[in-house]
Amino acid sequence: MKRIISILLENESGALSRVVGLFAQRGYNIDTLTVAPTDDDTLSRLTLTTQGDDHMAEQIVKQLHKLIDTIKVVDLTVGSYIERELMLVKIKATENDIRAELKSCVEIFRGHIVDVTPQTYTVQLAGDSEKLDAFIEAVRDMGIMEVVRSGVSGISRGDKFLRV
Amino acid sequence: MELYSGGEILIRALKDAGIKNVWGYPGGAALHIYDALYRQEDVHHILVRHEQAAVHAADGYSRSTGEVGTALVTSGPGATNAITGIATAYMDSIPLVVISGQVPLTKIGQDAFQETDMVGVSRPIVKHSFLVTRAEDIAETIAKAYYIASTGRPGPVVVDIPKDVTDPSYKVPYSYPDQVKMRSYQPTDKGHRGQIKRAVKTLIQAKRPVIYAGGGVVLDNASEQLTALAQKLNFPVTNTLMGLGGYPGTDRQYLGMLGMHGTFEANTAMHHADVIFAIGARFDDRVTNDLDKFCPHATIIHVDVDPTSISKNIDAHIPIVGTCTSVLDEMNSLSEQMAIEPDAEAIAEWWVQLDQWRADKGIYTASRYEESSGNCIKPQDVIKMLYKITNGEAIITTDVGQHQMFAAQYYLFDKPRTWINSGGLGTMGFGLPAAMGCQLAFPDKAVACVTGEGSIQMNIQELSTCSQHNLPVKIINLNNAALGMVRQWQDMNYSSRYSESVYEDSLPDFVKLAEAYGHVGMKITHIDDLEEKMRECFAMKDRVVFMDIDVDRSEHVYPMQMPGGSMRDLWLNKTERT
Ligand SMILES: Cc1ncc(C[n+]2csc(CCOP(=O)(O)OP(=O)(O)O)c2C)c(N)n1
Ligand SMILES: [Mg+2]
Repeated sequence: MKRIISILLENESGALSRVVGLFAQRGYNIDTLTVAPTDDDTLSRLTLTTQGDDHMAEQIVKQLHKLIDTIKVVDLTVGSYIERELMLVKIKATENDIRAELKSCVEIFRGHIVDVTPQTYTVQLAGDSEKLDAFIEAVRDMGIMEVVRSGVSGISRGDKFLRV
Repeated sequence: MELYSGGEILIRALKDAGIKNVWGYPGGAALHIYDALYRQEDVHHILVRHEQAAVHAADGYSRSTGEVGTALVTSGPGATNAITGIATAYMDSIPLVVISGQVPLTKIGQDAFQETDMVGVSRPIVKHSFLVTRAEDIAETIAKAYYIASTGRPGPVVVDIPKDVTDPSYKVPYSYPDQVKMRSYQPTDKGHRGQIKRAVKTLIQAKRPVIYAGGGVVLDNASEQLTALAQKLNFPVTNTLMGLGGYPGTDRQYLGMLGMHGTFEANTAMHHADVIFAIGARFDDRVTNDLDKFCPHATIIHVDVDPTSISKNIDAHIPIVGTCTSVLDEMNSLSEQMAIEPDAEAIAEWWVQLDQWRADKGIYTASRYEESSGNCIKPQDVIKMLYKITNGEAIITTDVGQHQMFAAQYYLFDKPRTWINSGGLGTMGFGLPAAMGCQLAFPDKAVACVTGEGSIQMNIQELSTCSQHNLPVKIINLNNAALGMVRQWQDMNYSSRYSESVYEDSLPDFVKLAEAYGHVGMKITHIDDLEEKMRECFAMKDRVVFMDIDVDRSEHVYPMQMPGGSMRDLWLNKTERT
């Protein structure tokens, strides 16, 4: 099962490498990882996605907690949550009918075309990972040149929040 | 306001952290620090002969005293030499602070001379690490390092200090923090009260209970509380390799060590238990044998200060996160408050069964090996003699191999912190430097390093440190002329093909070697000489004595769990199994 784990980390040198190292050391996979400072610049917020059963997820959360630099850790997938990922896709678009089809596809997925050349369209799309996967499938035959995904960011729904 | 250099600040901070002894080895990046050491008298430095030994010695010092051990090394090769020592301490949760010099900040990342990314290299084997970038931060970092190393589940902390941070020409004010507070690190202390209550109820209802106590009991100084609880309940106790001495080894309720080379009675009792009370132990694979076959009837209560240890290998029915001491204190007072008593009849019946197992196949009720005769000295008999001559009161360190297991089995430890061995990492070369650490801490006590001719050669250079710093440790070398434990596995699993486990007459003359270092050497080849010589050895209180004892080369360590089996599936000797 897919897990989305949110971590508040001291914004210290070496902190991120400890998180990443932990996954390598314990044989867990990282599917996506995003890191950035928060409104409080002494903190970094990480969102990390991985696969695992309940037992494994529990161990991962406990192991992350054990790192000295981590302040808070939650497995968002335990409750309800919002998941967003940003994707940029460069697609070969030389012929008019492809351009038209692509445009309508982008509209359906509520994306934007953010760059255009005679040869290419670059599309920006945000949403949960499944939506982004679906878009890729939809445009796959048109000639994808490049895909960049930001990795998942997550936040819990409702009144719960992760803060120091 | 008085001003100090980074080097001076470091030494002052060590003093203010209560550190009296530092084990180390100098080099370029650490020279400002060494110069600051030279100009003061509060912190005593012990020069070793290899950085690995500095860390093991600090580790032995810590294990025997309960204090945090400290080592100081230079950058690059000094730092990498320390790595095995750090990994050893990490696996056994030993609180250490290892300070490493680093190339100047301005050179970091340039592949400078003797540059190693120490924080990076040590990352998977430390509890935490720091790279100090300003002299102003040294004191606080040192305070944090000792706090982190010694609280929660203890472990080694690395403090990497670039050379320019200790530069004597840059001076700043000094102040040592009164207390350390970290928002990201707040170790658990007391266990959940409701869970503890459930645990006590479960224990009281048990009919075939076993207390399975590990190194956490020793580390947290919880032996008294454990002993009180066990004796109040009249429950049997088994210790892990790391937990030896946590419960008195000569007590009637003690079943001996459990696990791969544990006793028949301890392993069999675990297998049949209806309640297992695991405290400060981590269900290591050298204990459990095949996880799927582990203790099929047991309700498991698991107390550990580290939540990641709980339900990692074996699911706990009643998990309790807390220190051994606080949880046992609570259990002791609860068991008094609660009106119910354990099921005396069931427990008595259980003891009949346990005593039967002991009598049938225990290693303490009869010799389960052929006794020594003439020139065939049994390693087990050497340990029994060591026990006799030291009245069971010595601090025993070991290396790794058969000799280690014989020592664990046949020297009965009544007190915690007297059995010092590398259990988790299994580091050959640990024994001698660890013994130095113990001897420094306890100058008047007998400290013996039980070793093998293989292991002792991994840090034999420390015989020189013993001379310089007057550390009269006793070395009991069970010389079987082979990497015995390797050979045992080759006997059992590889049809006695001794691939690279023998030395072809290349062993040194250990007597001469000891003498070359200015120590006393003894060679024992006949069982009749053993007692007298060993008495002589321990009578020389201010000398290092190296007893090189030829032991039976064909001996194996038994019992031994069979791979893929349950806890009770054991080889009892070369031909007999359960
Ligand atoms: C540093 C290190 N290298 C290799 C091993 C693997 N190993 C475990 S026991 C052993 C043999 C030890 O020989 P010796 O010290 O003579 O002890 P004996 O088993 O003969 O009593 C070896 C090589 C180890 N534990 N540590
Ligand atoms: Mg040997």
